[in-house]
Amino acid sequence: MTRPAVSIKNVAKTWTPEGRPPVHALRNLSLDVMPGEFVVLLGPSGCGKSTLLYMIAGLEGTSGGVIEQDGAFVTEPSAERGLIFQEASLFPWLTILDNVAFGLSVRGVPVAERRAVAADMLRKVGLGDMMEKKPDELSGGMRQRAACARALAMRPKVLMMDEPFAALDVQTRSKMQDFLLQIWRDSGASVILVTHSIDEAIALADRVVVFTSRPGQVKTIVPIDLPRPRPSRDPRYHEYRDMFTELLADEVDRAFAEQEVV
Amino acid sequence: MSISTKSVATLFGGAGVGRLPSGSPKLRRHLVGIGWGMASIGLFTAIWEILWAIGWANPLLLPPPHLFLQDIPGTLGYFSQKNIVGAKAAGNGVTGLLLTILWTTSRVVLGLALGFVLGVAVGAMVHYVRMVRNLLLPTILLLAPISPVAWLPVAIFVFGIGDVPAIFLVFITVFFAIVLSTVAQLESVPRNYLHVARIMGATEAQTFWRVTLPAILPSLFMTLRLNLFAAWMVVLIAEAVGVGSGLGQITSMARATFNAKLVFFTMAIIGVLGFLFDWGLRYIQGRMLWWVAPGQGGSK
Repeated sequence: MTRPAVSIKNVAKTWTPEGRPPVHALRNLSLDVMPGEFVVLLGPSGCGKSTLLYMIAGLEGTSGGVIEQDGAFVTEPSAERGLIFQEASLFPWLTILDNVAFGLSVRGVPVAERRAVAADMLRKVGLGDMMEKKPDELSGGMRQRAACARALAMRPKVLMMDEPFAALDVQTRSKMQDFLLQIWRDSGASVILVTHSIDEAIALADRVVVFTSRPGQVKTIVPIDLPRPRPSRDPRYHEYRDMFTELLADEVDRAFAEQEVV
Repeated sequence: MSISTKSVATLFGGAGVGRLPSGSPKLRRHLVGIGWGMASIGLFTAIWEILWAIGWANPLLLPPPHLFLQDIPGTLGYFSQKNIVGAKAAGNGVTGLLLTILWTTSRVVLGLALGFVLGVAVGAMVHYVRMVRNLLLPTILLLAPISPVAWLPVAIFVFGIGDVPAIFLVFITVFFAIVLSTVAQLESVPRNYLHVARIMGATEAQTFWRVTLPAILPSLFMTLRLNLFAAWMVVLIAEAVGVGSGLGQITSMARATFNAKLVFFTMAIIGVLGFLFDWGLRYIQGRMLWWVAPGQGGSK
Protein backbone atom coordinates (compact mmCIF):
# COMPACT_ATOMS: atom_id res chain seq x y z
CA MET A 1 0.00 0.00 0.00
CA THR A 2 1.30 3.43 -0.88
CA ARG A 3 2.14 5.94 1.81
CA PRO A 4 -0.62 8.50 2.40
CA ALA A 5 0.07 12.10 1.37
CA VAL A 6 -1.45 13.31 4.61
CA SER A 7 -1.90 11.18 7.67
CA ILE A 8 -3.93 12.46 10.61
CA LYS A 9 -3.54 10.37 13.75
CA ASN A 10 -5.76 10.77 16.80
CA VAL A 11 -5.80 14.53 16.47
CA ALA A 12 -7.62 16.66 19.03
CA LYS A 13 -8.06 20.38 19.31
CA THR A 14 -9.22 22.15 22.42
CA TRP A 15 -9.70 25.89 22.79
CA THR A 16 -9.46 27.39 26.22
CA PRO A 17 -11.17 30.75 26.20
CA GLU A 18 -10.35 32.89 29.24
CA GLY A 19 -12.73 32.38 32.13
CA ARG A 20 -14.90 29.86 30.33
CA PRO A 21 -14.90 26.07 30.10
CA PRO A 22 -12.65 24.63 27.36
CA VAL A 23 -14.20 23.96 23.96
CA HIS A 24 -13.42 20.63 22.37
CA ALA A 25 -13.37 21.43 18.66
CA LEU A 26 -11.99 18.09 17.49
CA ARG A 27 -11.53 14.84 19.30
CA ASN A 28 -9.74 11.64 18.41
CA LEU A 29 -9.76 12.21 14.68
CA SER A 30 -7.87 9.95 12.30
CA LEU A 31 -7.84 10.16 8.52
CA ASP A 32 -5.49 9.30 5.66
CA VAL A 33 -5.48 11.16 2.37
CA MET A 34 -3.79 9.32 -0.47
CA PRO A 35 -1.59 10.98 -3.10
CA GLY A 36 -3.73 12.47 -5.85
CA GLU A 37 -6.93 11.83 -3.94
CA PHE A 38 -9.80 14.29 -3.77
CA VAL A 39 -11.24 14.32 -0.27
CA VAL A 40 -14.14 16.51 0.80
CA LEU A 41 -14.76 17.28 4.47
CA LEU A 42 -18.49 17.71 4.96
CA GLY A 43 -20.12 18.71 8.20
CA PRO A 44 -22.34 21.16 10.04
CA SER A 45 -20.82 24.58 10.65
CA GLY A 46 -18.72 24.78 13.77
CA CYS A 47 -17.73 21.12 13.64
CA GLY A 48 -14.05 21.93 13.39
CA LYS A 49 -13.44 20.96 9.77
CA SER A 50 -11.80 24.29 8.98
CA THR A 51 -9.72 23.97 12.14
CA LEU A 52 -8.49 20.63 10.88
CA LEU A 53 -7.48 22.28 7.60
CA TYR A 54 -5.51 24.98 9.45
CA MET A 55 -3.77 22.29 11.47
CA ILE A 56 -2.82 20.33 8.35
CA ALA A 57 -1.51 23.59 6.90
CA GLY A 58 0.59 24.06 10.03
CA LEU A 59 -1.01 27.40 10.91
CA GLU A 60 -2.50 25.90 14.10
CA GLY A 61 -0.97 23.40 16.47
CA THR A 62 -2.78 20.28 17.61
CA SER A 63 -3.82 19.71 21.21
CA GLY A 64 -3.16 16.01 20.84
CA GLY A 65 -2.16 13.51 18.18
CA VAL A 66 0.04 14.15 15.15
CA ILE A 67 -0.30 15.11 11.51
CA GLU A 68 2.17 13.84 8.96
CA GLN A 69 2.75 14.86 5.39
CA ASP A 70 4.68 12.30 3.33
CA GLY A 71 5.84 10.66 6.52
CA ALA A 72 7.19 13.85 8.17
CA PHE A 73 5.53 15.61 11.09
CA VAL A 74 3.78 18.87 10.30
CA THR A 75 5.23 21.50 12.61
CA GLU A 76 5.00 24.69 10.57
CA PRO A 77 3.39 25.97 7.36
CA SER A 78 4.89 24.94 4.06
CA ALA A 79 4.14 25.77 0.44
CA GLU A 80 3.91 22.01 -0.13
CA ARG A 81 0.53 22.27 1.57
CA GLY A 82 -1.21 25.13 -0.18
CA LEU A 83 -4.30 26.62 1.45
CA ILE A 84 -7.05 28.57 -0.31
CA PHE A 85 -9.48 30.63 1.73
CA GLN A 86 -13.08 31.62 1.19
CA GLU A 87 -11.91 35.07 0.07
CA ALA A 88 -9.10 34.98 -2.46
CA SER A 89 -6.90 37.12 -0.17
CA LEU A 90 -4.81 38.42 -3.03
CA PHE A 91 -2.55 41.36 -2.16
CA PRO A 92 -4.21 44.47 -3.59
CA TRP A 93 -0.85 46.21 -4.08
CA LEU A 94 0.45 43.60 -6.49
CA THR A 95 -0.71 42.81 -10.00
CA ILE A 96 -2.27 39.40 -10.53
CA LEU A 97 1.01 38.22 -12.06
CA ASP A 98 3.08 39.38 -9.08
CA ASN A 99 0.56 37.90 -6.67
CA VAL A 100 1.03 34.52 -8.28
CA ALA A 101 4.81 35.02 -8.32
CA PHE A 102 4.89 36.10 -4.66
CA GLY A 103 5.81 32.72 -3.20
CA LEU A 104 8.62 32.27 -5.69
CA SER A 105 9.96 35.76 -5.04
CA VAL A 106 10.05 35.00 -1.31
CA ARG A 107 12.21 32.01 -2.20
CA GLY A 108 14.56 34.24 -4.16
CA VAL A 109 13.70 32.98 -7.64
CA PRO A 110 14.91 35.60 -10.19
CA VAL A 111 12.29 37.98 -11.58
CA ALA A 112 12.24 36.70 -15.15
CA GLU A 113 11.95 33.09 -14.07
CA ARG A 114 9.24 33.56 -11.46
CA ARG A 115 7.20 35.73 -13.81
CA ALA A 116 7.45 33.07 -16.49
CA VAL A 117 6.22 30.40 -14.08
CA ALA A 118 3.43 32.65 -12.83
CA ALA A 119 2.36 33.59 -16.35
CA ASP A 120 2.27 29.94 -17.31
CA MET A 121 0.15 29.12 -14.29
CA LEU A 122 -2.25 31.99 -15.00
CA ARG A 123 -2.71 30.76 -18.55
CA LYS A 124 -3.57 27.34 -17.16
CA VAL A 125 -6.31 28.78 -14.98
CA GLY A 126 -7.63 30.86 -17.88
CA LEU A 127 -6.41 34.25 -16.70
CA GLY A 128 -3.78 34.71 -19.40
CA ASP A 129 -5.01 38.17 -20.32
CA MET A 130 -5.54 39.39 -16.75
CA MET A 131 -1.91 39.31 -15.63
CA GLU A 132 -1.36 43.04 -15.34
CA LYS A 133 -4.73 43.75 -13.68
CA LYS A 134 -5.23 44.64 -10.04
CA PRO A 135 -7.15 42.11 -7.92
CA ASP A 136 -9.97 44.68 -7.52
CA GLU A 137 -10.57 44.61 -11.25
CA LEU A 138 -11.35 40.88 -11.30
CA SER A 139 -14.63 39.13 -10.56
CA GLY A 140 -14.91 36.88 -7.51
CA GLY A 141 -14.50 33.71 -9.55
CA MET A 142 -11.44 35.09 -11.32
CA ARG A 143 -9.88 36.12 -8.04
CA GLN A 144 -10.39 32.63 -6.67
CA ARG A 145 -8.77 31.17 -9.78
CA ALA A 146 -5.83 33.53 -9.29
CA ALA A 147 -5.57 32.33 -5.70
CA CYS A 148 -5.44 28.75 -7.02
CA ALA A 149 -2.71 29.76 -9.44
CA ARG A 150 -0.77 31.33 -6.56
CA ALA A 151 -0.92 28.10 -4.57
CA LEU A 152 -0.19 25.90 -7.61
CA ALA A 153 2.85 27.96 -8.62
CA MET A 154 4.57 26.47 -5.55
CA ARG A 155 3.91 22.92 -6.85
CA PRO A 156 2.09 21.79 -3.71
CA LYS A 157 1.66 18.12 -2.83
CA VAL A 158 -1.58 18.93 -1.07
CA LEU A 159 -4.04 21.64 -1.99
CA MET A 160 -6.45 22.57 0.78
CA MET A 161 -9.53 24.70 0.28
CA ASP A 162 -11.68 26.22 3.00
CA GLU A 163 -15.15 26.71 1.50
CA PRO A 164 -13.51 28.27 -1.55
CA PHE A 165 -16.69 28.84 -3.55
CA ALA A 166 -19.07 29.76 -0.75
CA ALA A 167 -18.93 33.48 -1.62
CA LEU A 168 -19.68 32.91 -5.32
CA ASP A 169 -23.03 32.84 -7.09
CA VAL A 170 -24.50 29.50 -8.13
CA GLN A 171 -23.53 29.64 -11.83
CA THR A 172 -19.96 30.70 -11.10
CA ARG A 173 -19.82 28.03 -8.45
CA SER A 174 -20.54 25.14 -10.78
CA LYS A 175 -18.06 26.52 -13.34
CA MET A 176 -15.45 26.75 -10.62
CA GLN A 177 -16.08 23.14 -9.65
CA ASP A 178 -15.35 22.01 -13.21
CA PHE A 179 -12.28 24.19 -13.19
CA LEU A 180 -11.12 22.72 -9.90
CA LEU A 181 -11.46 19.14 -11.16
CA GLN A 182 -9.37 20.08 -14.15
CA ILE A 183 -6.50 21.64 -12.20
CA TRP A 184 -6.66 18.77 -9.73
CA ARG A 185 -6.07 16.29 -12.57
CA ASP A 186 -3.35 18.43 -14.13
CA SER A 187 -1.44 19.04 -10.93
CA GLY A 188 -1.62 15.54 -9.50
CA ALA A 189 -1.88 17.04 -6.01
CA SER A 190 -4.16 15.70 -3.32
CA VAL A 191 -7.07 18.02 -2.67
CA ILE A 192 -8.77 18.42 0.70
CA LEU A 193 -11.82 20.63 0.39
CA VAL A 194 -14.05 21.82 3.21
CA THR A 195 -17.67 22.52 2.43
CA HIS A 196 -21.12 22.38 3.96
CA SER A 197 -22.74 21.91 0.55
CA ILE A 198 -23.84 18.34 -0.08
CA ASP A 199 -24.02 18.92 -3.84
CA GLU A 200 -20.49 20.25 -3.91
CA ALA A 201 -19.26 17.20 -2.03
CA ILE A 202 -20.98 14.77 -4.43
CA ALA A 203 -19.85 16.65 -7.52
CA LEU A 204 -16.19 16.70 -6.55
CA ALA A 205 -15.06 14.05 -4.11
CA ASP A 206 -13.39 10.69 -4.39
CA ARG A 207 -14.30 10.25 -0.75
CA VAL A 208 -16.55 12.35 1.44
CA VAL A 209 -15.63 12.53 5.11
CA VAL A 210 -18.75 13.34 7.14
CA PHE A 211 -18.04 15.09 10.44
CA THR A 212 -20.04 14.87 13.61
CA SER A 213 -21.02 18.10 15.30
CA ARG A 214 -18.75 19.43 18.02
CA PRO A 215 -16.50 17.87 19.16
CA GLY A 216 -15.73 17.03 15.55
CA GLN A 217 -15.02 13.40 14.78
CA VAL A 218 -15.25 11.32 11.65
CA LYS A 219 -18.83 10.08 11.54
CA THR A 220 -18.43 8.12 8.36
CA ILE A 221 -16.44 8.08 5.14
CA VAL A 222 -18.37 7.63 1.91
CA PRO A 223 -16.58 6.90 -1.38
CA ILE A 224 -18.44 8.48 -4.31
CA ASP A 225 -18.51 5.75 -6.88
CA LEU A 226 -19.63 7.76 -9.90
CA PRO A 227 -17.70 8.68 -13.04
CA ARG A 228 -17.05 12.40 -13.45
CA PRO A 229 -18.67 14.62 -14.63
CA ARG A 230 -21.56 13.80 -12.34
CA PRO A 231 -24.86 15.17 -13.63
CA SER A 232 -27.33 15.84 -10.85
CA ARG A 233 -30.10 14.03 -12.76
CA ASP A 234 -28.30 10.70 -12.30
CA PRO A 235 -30.48 8.59 -9.93
CA ARG A 236 -27.41 7.44 -7.99
CA TYR A 237 -26.56 11.09 -7.39
CA HIS A 238 -29.89 11.39 -5.63
CA GLU A 239 -29.22 8.34 -3.53
CA TYR A 240 -25.99 9.95 -2.32
CA ARG A 241 -27.74 13.20 -1.67
CA ASP A 242 -30.48 11.54 0.39
CA MET A 243 -27.88 9.67 2.36
CA PHE A 244 -25.82 12.75 3.16
CA THR A 245 -28.91 14.78 3.98
CA GLU A 246 -29.88 12.18 6.53
CA LEU A 247 -26.36 11.90 7.97
CA LEU A 248 -26.10 15.65 8.35
CA ALA A 249 -29.61 16.12 9.71
CA ASP A 250 -28.71 14.01 12.74
CA GLU A 251 -25.67 16.14 13.41
CA VAL A 252 -27.44 19.43 12.90
CA ASP A 253 -30.15 18.31 15.33
CA ARG A 254 -27.54 17.35 17.87
CA ALA A 255 -25.69 20.63 17.46
CA PHE A 256 -28.97 22.49 17.94
CA ALA A 257 -29.88 20.54 21.02
CA GLU A 258 -26.47 21.21 22.52
CA GLN A 259 -26.69 24.93 21.83
CA GLU A 260 -29.96 25.06 23.70
CA VAL A 261 -28.42 23.30 26.67
CA VAL A 262 -25.57 25.83 26.66
CA MET B 1 -6.84 73.58 3.05
CA SER B 2 -7.44 69.92 2.63
CA ILE B 3 -11.14 70.55 2.74
CA SER B 4 -11.06 72.97 -0.14
CA THR B 5 -9.18 70.60 -2.44
CA LYS B 6 -11.34 67.69 -1.58
CA SER B 7 -14.49 69.62 -2.28
CA VAL B 8 -13.17 70.75 -5.64
CA ALA B 9 -12.30 67.17 -6.53
CA THR B 10 -15.45 65.49 -5.33
CA LEU B 11 -18.14 68.08 -5.75
CA PHE B 12 -17.13 69.42 -9.11
CA GLY B 13 -14.89 66.74 -10.56
CA GLY B 14 -17.43 64.00 -10.03
CA ALA B 15 -20.46 65.90 -11.16
CA GLY B 16 -19.64 66.45 -14.82
CA VAL B 17 -22.41 69.00 -15.17
CA GLY B 18 -21.03 71.36 -17.78
CA ARG B 19 -21.14 70.70 -21.47
CA LEU B 20 -17.99 71.66 -23.30
CA PRO B 21 -17.85 70.87 -27.00
CA SER B 22 -14.48 69.16 -27.34
CA GLY B 23 -11.85 67.16 -25.49
CA SER B 24 -11.85 63.82 -23.72
CA PRO B 25 -14.35 63.29 -20.87
CA LYS B 26 -11.48 63.39 -18.37
CA LEU B 27 -10.17 66.72 -19.67
CA ARG B 28 -13.68 68.09 -19.76
CA ARG B 29 -14.32 67.12 -16.16
CA HIS B 30 -11.03 68.73 -15.27
CA LEU B 31 -11.96 71.96 -17.00
CA VAL B 32 -15.39 71.99 -15.40
CA GLY B 33 -13.70 71.54 -12.03
CA ILE B 34 -11.33 74.42 -12.66
CA GLY B 35 -14.20 76.54 -13.94
CA TRP B 36 -16.22 76.05 -10.78
CA GLY B 37 -13.13 76.65 -8.67
CA MET B 38 -12.59 79.99 -10.38
CA ALA B 39 -16.25 80.87 -10.08
CA SER B 40 -16.12 80.12 -6.36
CA ILE B 41 -13.04 82.24 -5.74
CA GLY B 42 -14.38 84.94 -8.04
CA LEU B 43 -17.64 85.15 -6.10
CA PHE B 44 -15.80 85.37 -2.79
CA THR B 45 -13.53 88.12 -4.14
CA ALA B 46 -16.45 90.00 -5.66
CA ILE B 47 -18.37 90.09 -2.38
CA TRP B 48 -15.29 91.34 -0.59
CA GLU B 49 -14.70 94.03 -3.22
CA ILE B 50 -18.34 95.13 -3.09
CA LEU B 51 -18.20 95.38 0.69
CA TRP B 52 -15.18 97.60 0.24
CA ALA B 53 -16.81 99.67 -2.50
CA ILE B 54 -19.90 100.43 -0.43
CA GLY B 55 -17.66 101.28 2.47
CA TRP B 56 -18.47 98.42 4.84
CA ALA B 57 -15.01 96.87 4.78
CA ASN B 58 -12.39 99.24 6.15
CA PRO B 59 -9.43 99.02 3.72
CA LEU B 60 -7.02 99.51 6.59
CA LEU B 61 -8.29 96.41 8.38
CA LEU B 62 -9.74 94.27 5.58
CA PRO B 63 -8.08 95.43 2.37
CA PRO B 64 -9.76 93.65 -0.56
CA PRO B 65 -7.61 91.63 -3.01
CA HIS B 66 -7.10 94.45 -5.50
CA LEU B 67 -5.48 96.47 -2.73
CA PHE B 68 -3.25 93.86 -1.15
CA LEU B 69 -2.21 92.48 -4.54
CA GLN B 70 -1.72 95.97 -6.00
CA ASP B 71 1.76 96.75 -4.78
CA ILE B 72 3.48 93.39 -4.98
CA PRO B 73 7.03 94.76 -5.37
CA GLY B 74 6.45 96.95 -2.34
CA THR B 75 5.04 94.06 -0.34
CA LEU B 76 7.91 91.81 -1.37
CA GLY B 77 10.26 94.28 0.28
CA TYR B 78 9.25 92.84 3.63
CA PHE B 79 10.50 89.38 2.85
CA SER B 80 13.99 88.79 4.07
CA GLN B 81 16.46 86.50 2.33
CA LYS B 82 18.26 85.53 5.47
CA ASN B 83 17.17 82.83 7.83
CA ILE B 84 18.50 84.72 10.80
CA VAL B 85 16.68 85.60 13.97
CA GLY B 86 15.79 89.22 14.07
CA ALA B 87 17.02 89.98 10.55
CA LYS B 88 15.57 93.23 9.28
CA ALA B 89 13.67 93.09 6.05
CA ALA B 90 16.36 93.96 3.56
CA GLY B 91 14.00 94.17 0.61
CA ASN B 92 15.13 91.23 -1.47
CA GLY B 93 11.97 91.01 -3.54
CA VAL B 94 11.03 87.77 -5.22
CA THR B 95 14.06 85.83 -4.00
CA GLY B 96 13.21 86.91 -0.50
CA LEU B 97 9.66 85.67 -0.91
CA LEU B 98 10.77 82.39 -2.39
CA LEU B 99 13.34 81.82 0.32
CA THR B 100 10.78 82.62 3.01
CA ILE B 101 8.44 80.07 1.46
CA LEU B 102 11.31 77.62 1.19
CA TRP B 103 12.19 77.94 4.89
CA THR B 104 8.63 77.39 6.00
CA THR B 105 8.03 74.57 3.54
CA SER B 106 11.21 72.73 4.42
CA ARG B 107 10.30 72.84 8.12
CA VAL B 108 6.92 71.32 7.33
CA VAL B 109 8.40 68.66 5.04
CA LEU B 110 11.15 67.74 7.47
CA GLY B 111 8.76 67.54 10.41
CA LEU B 112 6.27 65.46 8.44
CA ALA B 113 8.93 63.07 7.17
CA LEU B 114 10.49 62.61 10.61
CA GLY B 115 7.10 62.18 12.26
CA PHE B 116 6.00 59.65 9.66
CA VAL B 117 9.12 57.48 9.72
CA LEU B 118 9.63 57.55 13.49
CA GLY B 119 5.89 57.19 14.08
CA VAL B 120 5.72 54.02 11.99
CA ALA B 121 8.89 52.69 13.66
CA VAL B 122 7.61 53.30 17.19
CA GLY B 123 4.14 52.04 16.26
CA ALA B 124 5.67 48.84 14.89
CA MET B 125 7.73 48.34 18.07
CA VAL B 126 4.67 48.90 20.22
CA HIS B 127 2.85 46.29 18.18
CA TYR B 128 5.55 43.65 18.00
CA VAL B 129 7.42 43.98 21.30
CA ARG B 130 5.26 43.31 24.31
CA MET B 131 7.62 45.06 26.70
CA VAL B 132 7.66 48.22 24.59
CA ARG B 133 3.90 48.10 24.33
CA ASN B 134 3.41 47.86 28.07
CA LEU B 135 5.93 50.59 28.79
CA LEU B 136 5.18 53.07 26.01
CA LEU B 137 1.53 52.82 25.12
CA PRO B 138 0.07 54.41 28.29
CA THR B 139 2.40 57.41 27.96
CA ILE B 140 1.63 57.77 24.27
CA LEU B 141 -2.09 57.67 24.96
CA LEU B 142 -1.58 60.33 27.62
CA LEU B 143 0.47 62.64 25.41
CA ALA B 144 -1.43 62.17 22.15
CA PRO B 145 -4.43 64.39 22.96
CA ILE B 146 -2.26 67.35 23.99
CA SER B 147 -2.57 70.08 21.39
CA PRO B 148 0.67 70.54 19.48
CA VAL B 149 0.55 74.26 20.28
CA ALA B 150 0.89 73.39 23.96
CA TRP B 151 4.28 71.92 23.13
CA LEU B 152 5.53 75.31 21.92
CA PRO B 153 7.08 76.47 25.21
CA VAL B 154 8.67 73.06 25.69
CA ALA B 155 10.10 73.22 22.19
CA ILE B 156 11.63 76.61 22.87
CA PHE B 157 12.93 75.64 26.34
CA VAL B 158 14.61 72.57 24.97
CA PHE B 159 15.69 73.61 21.49
CA GLY B 160 16.00 77.36 21.91
CA ILE B 161 15.27 79.76 19.10
CA GLY B 162 15.80 78.52 15.56
CA ASP B 163 14.66 75.92 13.06
CA VAL B 164 14.52 73.00 15.44
CA PRO B 165 11.52 74.01 17.57
CA ALA B 166 9.41 74.58 14.45
CA ILE B 167 10.39 71.21 13.00
CA PHE B 168 9.81 69.63 16.40
CA LEU B 169 6.29 71.01 16.57
CA VAL B 170 5.39 69.66 13.14
CA PHE B 171 6.94 66.37 14.17
CA ILE B 172 4.84 66.24 17.36
CA THR B 173 1.70 67.03 15.37
CA VAL B 174 2.01 63.96 13.17
CA PHE B 175 4.07 61.65 15.39
CA PHE B 176 1.43 60.56 17.91
CA ALA B 177 -1.26 60.30 15.27
CA ILE B 178 0.98 58.08 13.14
CA VAL B 179 2.03 55.93 16.10
CA LEU B 180 -1.58 55.27 17.11
CA SER B 181 -2.68 54.78 13.52
CA THR B 182 0.17 52.32 12.95
CA VAL B 183 -0.73 50.30 16.03
CA ALA B 184 -4.40 50.21 15.05
CA GLN B 185 -3.63 49.31 11.45
CA LEU B 186 -1.17 46.59 12.37
CA GLU B 187 -3.86 44.96 14.45
CA SER B 188 -6.29 44.98 11.56
CA VAL B 189 -4.07 43.56 8.82
CA PRO B 190 -6.20 40.75 7.34
CA ARG B 191 -5.11 37.50 9.00
CA ASN B 192 -5.22 35.66 5.70
CA TYR B 193 -2.55 37.96 4.24
CA LEU B 194 -0.26 36.84 7.04
CA HIS B 195 -1.32 33.22 6.58
CA VAL B 196 -0.47 33.40 2.89
CA ALA B 197 2.95 34.86 3.70
CA ARG B 198 3.64 32.12 6.25
CA ILE B 199 2.55 29.34 3.90
CA MET B 200 4.74 30.76 1.14
CA GLY B 201 7.66 30.60 3.55
CA ALA B 202 8.25 34.33 4.01
CA THR B 203 10.57 35.26 6.88
CA GLU B 204 9.32 37.72 9.47
CA ALA B 205 11.26 40.55 7.85
CA GLN B 206 9.89 39.68 4.40
CA THR B 207 6.40 39.52 5.83
CA PHE B 208 6.76 42.97 7.40
CA TRP B 209 8.24 44.77 4.40
CA ARG B 210 6.28 43.03 1.68
CA VAL B 211 2.93 42.26 3.25
CA THR B 212 2.28 44.16 6.47
CA LEU B 213 3.71 47.52 5.46
CA PRO B 214 1.93 47.77 2.09
CA ALA B 215 -1.27 46.67 3.83
CA ILE B 216 -1.16 49.53 6.34
CA LEU B 217 0.45 52.24 4.20
CA PRO B 218 -2.73 53.65 2.61
CA SER B 219 -4.31 54.36 5.98
CA LEU B 220 -1.11 55.85 7.35
CA PHE B 221 -0.92 58.16 4.38
CA MET B 222 -4.49 59.22 5.01
CA THR B 223 -3.57 60.02 8.61
CA LEU B 224 -0.64 62.07 7.34
CA ARG B 225 -2.86 64.03 4.99
CA LEU B 226 -5.44 64.72 7.68
CA ASN B 227 -2.70 66.08 9.94
CA LEU B 228 -1.18 68.27 7.26
CA PHE B 229 -3.52 71.11 8.16
CA ALA B 230 -2.45 71.01 11.79
CA ALA B 231 1.20 70.79 10.74
CA TRP B 232 0.86 74.02 8.75
CA MET B 233 -0.86 75.68 11.66
CA VAL B 234 1.85 74.89 14.18
CA VAL B 235 4.72 75.78 11.89
CA LEU B 236 3.29 79.28 11.45
CA ILE B 237 2.84 79.66 15.17
CA ALA B 238 6.35 78.41 15.84
CA GLU B 239 7.76 80.81 13.30
CA ALA B 240 5.80 83.70 14.74
CA VAL B 241 7.10 82.98 18.21
CA GLY B 242 10.31 81.12 18.22
CA VAL B 243 12.10 81.11 14.91
CA GLY B 244 12.31 84.56 13.47
CA SER B 245 11.96 83.66 9.82
CA GLY B 246 9.42 82.20 7.46
CA LEU B 247 5.83 83.06 6.64
CA GLY B 248 4.71 82.90 10.26
CA GLN B 249 7.26 85.51 11.22
CA ILE B 250 6.15 87.78 8.35
CA THR B 251 2.52 87.51 9.51
CA SER B 252 3.53 88.26 13.05
CA MET B 253 5.61 91.22 11.95
CA ALA B 254 2.76 92.46 9.76
CA ARG B 255 0.43 92.30 12.73
CA ALA B 256 2.90 94.16 14.92
CA THR B 257 3.30 96.91 12.32
CA PHE B 258 -0.42 97.02 11.56
CA ASN B 259 0.19 96.14 7.91
CA ALA B 260 -3.10 94.56 6.84
CA LYS B 261 -2.07 94.33 3.19
CA LEU B 262 0.94 92.25 4.12
CA VAL B 263 -1.18 90.06 6.38
CA PHE B 264 -3.60 89.23 3.60
CA PHE B 265 -0.85 88.81 1.02
CA THR B 266 0.88 86.28 3.29
CA MET B 267 -2.41 84.57 4.03
CA ALA B 268 -3.01 84.18 0.30
CA ILE B 269 0.40 82.58 -0.10
CA ILE B 270 -0.21 80.27 2.86
CA GLY B 271 -3.52 79.24 1.34
CA VAL B 272 -1.97 78.45 -2.03
CA LEU B 273 0.87 76.52 -0.38
CA GLY B 274 -1.53 74.45 1.68
CA PHE B 275 -3.52 73.64 -1.41
CA LEU B 276 -0.39 72.64 -3.31
CA PHE B 277 0.81 70.50 -0.39
CA ASP B 278 -2.40 68.56 -0.19
CA TRP B 279 -2.41 68.17 -3.94
CA GLY B 280 1.19 66.96 -3.82
CA LEU B 281 0.44 64.41 -1.12
CA ARG B 282 -2.53 63.17 -3.08
CA TYR B 283 -0.33 62.91 -6.15
CA ILE B 284 2.26 60.88 -4.24
CA GLN B 285 -0.54 58.75 -2.85
CA GLY B 286 -1.82 58.15 -6.36
CA ARG B 287 1.59 57.13 -7.69
CA MET B 288 2.92 55.15 -4.75
CA LEU B 289 -0.30 53.63 -3.48
CA TRP B 290 -1.86 52.94 -6.82
CA TRP B 291 -4.01 50.12 -5.56
CA VAL B 292 -6.11 52.46 -3.46
CA ALA B 293 -8.85 54.37 -5.22
CA PRO B 294 -8.43 58.15 -4.78
CA GLY B 295 -10.10 59.50 -1.66
CA GLN B 296 -10.28 56.04 -0.13
CA GLY B 297 -7.89 55.60 2.75
CA GLY B 298 -8.46 52.17 4.20
CA SER B 299 -6.76 48.99 3.14
CA LYS B 300 -8.91 46.09 2.23
